Amino acid sequence: MREVLLMGNPNVGKSVVFTRLTGVNVISSNYPGTTVEFSKGYMRIGKEKLEVIDVPGTYSLDPNSKAEEIAVAMLKESIARQNGIVVSIVDATNLERNLNLTLQLLKKNIPVIVDLNFWDETRHLGISIDVRELEKILSVPVVPTCAVTGEGIKELVDRLLEAKAMTYDYPEEEKWHEIGKIIERVQKVSHHHHTFLERLADASIRPSTGIPIALGVVYIAFKLIRFIGEGLIGYVFEPIFEKLWAPLMMKLSPILGSGGFIHDILIGKLFAGKIDFGQSFGILTTGLFVPFAVVLPYVFAFYLVLGFLEDSGYLPRLGVLADKMMHQVGLHGLGIISMMLGLGCNVPGVLATRIMETRRERFISATLMAIAVPCMAQVAMIVGLVGKYGAKALMLVFGTLFLVWLTIGFLMNRLLKGESPEIFIEIPPYRIPYFGALAKKLWMRVKGFLKEAIPFVLLGVFIVNILYSLKIIDFLGKLSGPVIRNLLGLPSGAVAALLVGFLRKDVAIGMLVPLGLGLKQIVIASVVLAMYFPCAATFAVLVKELGVKDMVKSAAIMIFSAILVGGLLNLVL
Amino acid sequence: MAIDLTQMKAGERGRVVDIQGGWGLSRRLDDLGIRIGTEVVKVSSQIMRGPVTVRAGNTQVAIGFGMASRVIVEQTE
Repeated sequence: MREVLLMGNPNVGKSVVFTRLTGVNVISSNYPGTTVEFSKGYMRIGKEKLEVIDVPGTYSLDPNSKAEEIAVAMLKESIARQNGIVVSIVDATNLERNLNLTLQLLKKNIPVIVDLNFWDETRHLGISIDVRELEKILSVPVVPTCAVTGEGIKELVDRLLEAKAMTYDYPEEEKWHEIGKIIERVQKVSHHHHTFLERLADASIRPSTGIPIALGVVYIAFKLIRFIGEGLIGYVFEPIFEKLWAPLMMKLSPILGSGGFIHDILIGKLFAGKIDFGQSFGILTTGLFVPFAVVLPYVFAFYLVLGFLEDSGYLPRLGVLADKMMHQVGLHGLGIISMMLGLGCNVPGVLATRIMETRRERFISATLMAIAVPCMAQVAMIVGLVGKYGAKALMLVFGTLFLVWLTIGFLMNRLLKGESPEIFIEIPPYRIPYFGALAKKLWMRVKGFLKEAIPFVLLGVFIVNILYSLKIIDFLGKLSGPVIRNLLGLPSGAVAALLVGFLRKDVAIGMLVPLGLGLKQIVIASVVLAMYFPCAATFAVLVKELGVKDMVKSAAIMIFSAILVGGLLNLVL
Repeated sequence: MAIDLTQMKAGERGRVVDIQGGWGLSRRLDDLGIRIGTEVVKVSSQIMRGPVTVRAGNTQVAIGFGMASRVIVEQTE
């Protein structure tokens, strides 16, 4: 099968073109031996089926980062296979800068077609490009597109097979001179009035207006996540479980003997003859209710909002504004983006730290994330449990975690050798996200969550039942009683939650429900559960990313700080 | 008068005349279309020696304070 490589600088709308070209059958995978992700899909031209590869963005073929190295490696492999076509996607509003990569591609022995994306924006910006002339100079097809609306995509597909190899040669040291000559012949720029989005872009990166805007964006983002999450729970998922699933389970209950080992594992305990999805703790009741009706709605809402922030181009600006704060914890501004990813799920969050330049930054951000950034599954359960006591109680939990994040980060930055590199990033213009690409990304992430979480949640609930019926919990409760009771002020039953927290934090928090804790105890338990150790999935990627030695260090920090903070809360509250 | 990017005020223009220090910085700037001779416009700076944002053509770049202080420009109007 022939393959089509989509290549271009970062922020040229490559994934939108990818979404337009490919159908539903898209696979996202890591480049072998790395965590640099790329997507693969398929398209049809006439009778021929072609593989489409969304290559990581790169500014040039002399790589400056891990992702760029991979992009270059993928190109080399395709050239070796001799069955590839490159679509060089160019930001038409930045022709001069983007032509560098295109010319480098034209020097390789692979057919190239040029896609001038964001064509519609050139008009607003007073840029006019002579496409025919550019085509003549490069002697490969040049197609203007606006991938967001789909304009030009058909022509791109129609002319894809006209792509040609080795059409343009020039000495490398002359590249900017050469590009300058091309630009002079094909591009005219006239004065334009600033558009609303440009003015907004400027306002959101100046500190006087940018900081209030950032606070507003974060506030609205969380309001929105809560609104969508609660709406889905209240109007969709809870009714499904209460009205449809519960009656079904009540029919199953007598068949399983209304009690006993099997009944307790599948359905769990009945409360006043009824199923309580929060407390019954059977695989088919709580085991399904927690991932689908409590966590999934928030995960969905979170990734919807995050995807919008990512695709609109806001996040790099947040990174610039937060740069100073992030330096206090030994990271630079972009570290806030991996922290936000970690808020969805720590696993992709930790993987995202791979793009950081130094080992020190990776250690700090992975450790901070595992300690003080609860994932959406935990957040959802904490909101469910603590939210009853009002916003102040929630503030207590999340405020404590934020303080812990700052303090531990500050200490690590002071105590670990080395310093943190500086930020260096392109700030893309604001763009209205393309719905199709948003939906595709959201679907991949939600699917990823379901695939990762559900087996572990069910396993967690299963293990809880086994531990209880074998009285292991009682035994461990007695053993760890002094620490749990005296230091943290929690009943010894809480040890079960801490135990299951190694597997899934959301299930662990669910286990606090039947313990009948007071507000103070719930706050302490939630904070300690978030901090003391990562869940199994996060632990696995941490070991892979940090190595065993650093993981031991990181875990020591987690356990020590969890006991310290839990003990302090017990004294103060 | 030659000053560095951190000394420019928001809205001011300048032409890059020197990039001091390592090859790495020149290369990364080059990727984004900024090299000796490029005209840049300062967009913003953050408080307490935070990153500096400049625009070159239609590209905007945020650069840490330390790196920005190694990019020397001659102010144009």
